[in-house]
Amino acid sequence: MRKASGDARLSRGTLVLLQAVLVAVLFGLWWLATTEKWLDPFFFGQPLKVVQVIVDWFVSGKIWPHLAITLWETVLAFIIGSVLGLGVGLWLALSPISSALAEPYITAANAMPRVILAPIFAVWFGLGVLSKVALGVTLVFFIVFFNVYQGVKEVSPVVLANARMLGASRGQLLRHIYLPSATSWVFSSLHTSVGMAFVGAVVGEYLGSAKGVGYLILQAEGTFDINTVFAGILVLTAFALLLDFVVTRVEARLLVWRPRAAETEAL
Amino acid sequence: MTAATASAPGAGVALPALALDGVTCTFAARGGGERYTAVRDVTLAIAPGEFVSVVGPTGCGKSTLLNVGAGLLVPSAGTVHVDGEPLSGINRRAGYMFQAEALMPWRSALANVVAGLEFRGTPRDEAAARGRDWLARVGLAGFEDRYPHQLSGGMRKRVALAQMLILDPDILLMDEPFSALDIQTRQLMENELLELWSANRKSVLFITHDLEEAISLSDRVVVLSAGPATRPLGEFTIDLPRPRDVAEIRMTPRFVELHEAIWGVLRAEVLKGYAQSKR
Repeated sequence: MRKASGDARLSRGTLVLLQAVLVAVLFGLWWLATTEKWLDPFFFGQPLKVVQVIVDWFVSGKIWPHLAITLWETVLAFIIGSVLGLGVGLWLALSPISSALAEPYITAANAMPRVILAPIFAVWFGLGVLSKVALGVTLVFFIVFFNVYQGVKEVSPVVLANARMLGASRGQLLRHIYLPSATSWVFSSLHTSVGMAFVGAVVGEYLGSAKGVGYLILQAEGTFDINTVFAGILVLTAFALLLDFVVTRVEARLLVWRPRAAETEAL
Repeated sequence: MTAATASAPGAGVALPALALDGVTCTFAARGGGERYTAVRDVTLAIAPGEFVSVVGPTGCGKSTLLNVGAGLLVPSAGTVHVDGEPLSGINRRAGYMFQAEALMPWRSALANVVAGLEFRGTPRDEAAARGRDWLARVGLAGFEDRYPHQLSGGMRKRVALAQMLILDPDILLMDEPFSALDIQTRQLMENELLELWSANRKSVLFITHDLEEAISLSDRVVVLSAGPATRPLGEFTIDLPRPRDVAEIRMTPRFVELHEAIWGVLRAEVLKGYAQSKR
């Protein structure tokens, strides 16, 4: 796909190459600075050792259970948070009295930094998966909720009137007009909400856990093993990118009906 | 056609398919300001199989009138009768073609056309078959899987037309349906509409601000005054022969005559409406 964006553009191959060079240069500088002792390797780690740790993790297979736990927490938090947000969003958007009643509390709950709830969730749900899911849900819920609320409010009155003229009952309006309109808003916020579910899982693990990539980082930090901390961060980043890639694919599939800016195929 | 009953008001030989009687629509202004009366005391009857156009200056409350006939809007005063029965709720006998985009953007052309059948619980296969048939009738065979944004403005109007006609409504309410189209596409659509209409005579209430469109399509043209408090100023029977071609009929002397007569009434109102919109 191509956009008419005018002047000089790099071909895709060159762009990827330059991006790779950029990363290599950054790692090279890091390596140089820590080898030449411009930066203290004890605090700043050493890229080769970081790579060594990552390779060890994957070769020994030690990382997989931790990654699996983090992924599982992310997926659970995303699904539960989305379903709750969708349900409550639809309900409040279609019921003016409930929304008037709940409005100040929703605003307050959203304004509160929810990460501080992590200790409470740890007390309630223990150090296992549930407390991380709970934290992720509080993060995902509000994103989905506000998008659904907006989505329902912005349903075109003409589309609505047309559906009513075509004989849609109240239930059918909900299913065929409000829900698709709301879900399209939810999908458009998919990147943010999946990201938030991931943040909830990792932060939850970091604040107290027995498994997960966040836990690995926490452990390494406790022994001042800075190389392992960096290794954990890199693995998490790569994992987040992978997640984002999957979301992009899913989104493209689900929103085929969405108009995009004028695009033509390159021959 | 049903025989007229003596008690039916304003009935000729047959009961009108749609009758508005003394309809007034007053809207409460936002923030408690002055009230706005869009239409005042409008009486309008459409006989079964009759094609009636309503013309008037922009913003004169034409759409309000149509919404009342559709049952989407309850008038402040006056009554609406459908085949002699007082209307309550949505007018189930009517199909409505909106001026603005009314297709569901998340549904393909076919899914949009069959929406009404789906709401009525028609089996999926049967609905799909009829939907394909109707898409073909409006010249969109092969476009079943396209989404509205992948279709041109004219194509979207055809989908909307098929979406309305598939339910076989007795009354068609059309609110400037072709006003967003370019003149060529528009004349094509008008001819197609006439063809579909003459094959299976429905009662049509057609709203437009384009006098030529009104004359070339209709049996009768009703001229509305400028808003607020719009009311009918005059009625003209269009005695042009059918079948018509909307482009050719505009050249005939009778068309020009009718146009002059109606424009004479409409002109002053358009100027009034223009002066009001400038204020």
